[in-house]
Amino acid sequence: MLTEGAVCEGGKSRLNKTGNWRTMRPEVADTCNGCGLCELFCPDSSIYLQEKRAVIDYDYCKGCGICARECPKGAIEMKEERK
Amino acid sequence: MATEARLNLLAPGHRACPGCGAAIALRLILRPLGKETIVVSATGCVETFTSPYGQSAWDVPWMHSLFENSAAIATGVQAALEALGEQANLVVISGDGGTFDIGFGALSGMFERKDNITYICYDNEAYMNTGVQRSGSTPHAAVTTTTPSGSHSYGKLEYKKDMPAIAMAHDAEYVATTSIAYPQDLMRKVKKANEIYGPKYIQVHTPCCIGWGFDPSETIELGRLAVETCLVPIFEKEKGKPMVVKKIANKKPITDYLKKQNRFKHLFKEEERDAVIKELQQICDDNARRFGI
Repeated sequence: MLTEGAVCEGGKSRLNKTGNWRTMRPEVADTCNGCGLCELFCPDSSIYLQEKRAVIDYDYCKGCGICARECPKGAIEMKEERK
Repeated sequence: MATEARLNLLAPGHRACPGCGAAIALRLILRPLGKETIVVSATGCVETFTSPYGQSAWDVPWMHSLFENSAAIATGVQAALEALGEQANLVVISGDGGTFDIGFGALSGMFERKDNITYICYDNEAYMNTGVQRSGSTPHAAVTTTTPSGSHSYGKLEYKKDMPAIAMAHDAEYVATTSIAYPQDLMRKVKKANEIYGPKYIQVHTPCCIGWGFDPSETIELGRLAVETCLVPIFEKEKGKPMVVKKIANKKPITDYLKKQNRFKHLFKEEERDAVIKELQQICDDNARRFGI
């Protein structure tokens, strides 16, 4: 029996859309070959691979720019976020 | 690689700073462990940004109690698993404050009892969560809010505690250091540690853009520079086997690493600080010689 503390359901941070933190927006060019390095390095779990190409989930991407800097093909470009 | 192979057990929407090294470490740690994992965390950045009430970012069972007792809690979880006759990968993920300083006693006890736990320390070299105070892991001459630089000081006067050596002195089954800049190395070491029975210790070097003062996009680059300058040696030591060290072919001077960070900026402002830079270079050279990097 739990006497003190709290138990929560996992994975509920998805409710918190962190995409609005972003000031710079990464955009993937056609030169992407889907190596997946950006997916490994994304701290926000907001890059996934689809049909050998990196796809960015703008709902959660905070725009840190690690993907653009580490891309061996230089296929990700950081552009100013405009809304 | 198929999407299924890229298992992601840290949900997006957590509240880590953009460019957080610890968040990268978490994702890489959880990937080789898989769903059948129980994680215990000490207080720290990871605990704070992954667990606001009702919005946990963990897709695996996760537990937090206090700063000092994560290793002891994990021992309790292990006892419960044994009593129930169930199997799960049991890992502790704790920061350098909760490992080097506050949780040190409980960690020592875990090694002594030979509990079957993988203890992983994400080492961002200060108490980042509370506003960058120095810890036992902060390197020599780094500025933090409690070790400022000025006319009478050049940052932290003490040296970084050699935690992996302390773990080895406890006769741990497996001791390794790694960095988020080398994801394959990190995932392989976590997987290997998980397959060994007994107490294991892994120290993951995770740059922190806020605390160290660099651009968020440079997190991986800084991690790589720390290894390439030999300031952070990457090795693994399995009990009864020789140590395996990551060799660095083209070693870089320590100034390449220092110049990129605000916490070492003061070393380049005054000429008399040259001696401190030389001393830091000496630490790197000693590491290279001692580990055969």
